[in-house]
Amino acid sequence: MRIKILVRLKGQILEPQGKVIEQSLNSLGFTEFSNIRQGKLIELDLPDNISKEEKVQKIDSACKKLLVNDIIEEYEVLG
Amino acid sequence: MSFKSAVITFPGSNCDRDALYYLKDLTKGVVHNIWHEETSLPKVDLVILPGGFSFGDYLRSGAMASKSKIIDEVVKHANDNRYLLGICNGFQILTEIGLLEGALIRNKKLKFLGKNCFIKKKFKNNFNLSIKDNQVLQIPVAHNEGNFYCDTETLNLLKNNEQIAFEYCKGEFSNTEENINGSIEAIAGITNKKKNVLGMMPHPERAYSDFHQSQDGRLIIESLIS
Repeated sequence: MRIKILVRLKGQILEPQGKVIEQSLNSLGFTEFSNIRQGKLIELDLPDNISKEEKVQKIDSACKKLLVNDIIEEYEVLG
Repeated sequence: MSFKSAVITFPGSNCDRDALYYLKDLTKGVVHNIWHEETSLPKVDLVILPGGFSFGDYLRSGAMASKSKIIDEVVKHANDNRYLLGICNGFQILTEIGLLEGALIRNKKLKFLGKNCFIKKKFKNNFNLSIKDNQVLQIPVAHNEGNFYCDTETLNLLKNNEQIAFEYCKGEFSNTEENINGSIEAIAGITNKKKNVLGMMPHPERAYSDFHQSQDGRLIIESLIS
């Protein structure tokens, strides 16, 4: 099964890339777009026969150990 | 007794050789160069995690390097109350290991900063003993992710424990900013609580020789040796 993990900077932390993207979009006429923040998406495969509990446990463990720095980032498993 | 030291090299380190010469020239003692896949570290007084782009800065700066085989030994070295200095990418690695508080995020103005900067010491520790209060040091920076971040609780802890070693300040060039990268409270370097581990963004190993613009970087090693 394909797993998608969305990693983003916590809300209170300045995300300067989003600000620059916002300025560019605004200058292209997308003036309704605001509060843009850029994150990252990590995709990976896990075997289909893995139990739901094990899946959650493995993903959480991988996020805590490497994929996410919880001082500055938060994550969400999509789908 | 001669001062022994070591520099760890990761794939993508690019200041390891500068750090080796820095230590050789200033300590006059034995300097080891250790590859990150090694599983043992000689008993030394100081270990440097050098600057560069370890593992291409993939995922986050310092994230992959903080999981290298040698890191267990580096942590043991620090737990033995011996000195550990992380410079630039080395600082990022130390925060990713968890030996130092906080994290280093993108510079506020999104620009890679490769220039001279000015710092002064904030709280006294063994890495800055030879530096006078309010003495301004000129030391280069070269980083994209040098913006030090921590939450308010951690910041109070860093202050109460006097763990802030260096802060950016205004220097002699009219175009220098007081806080070049947007770091909280202009923090340029912090120590752990025991003050035997220092992480700093500026590169003292690029400011020690006669051919460098500044020799202020000497003061760190001189402090440790004194």
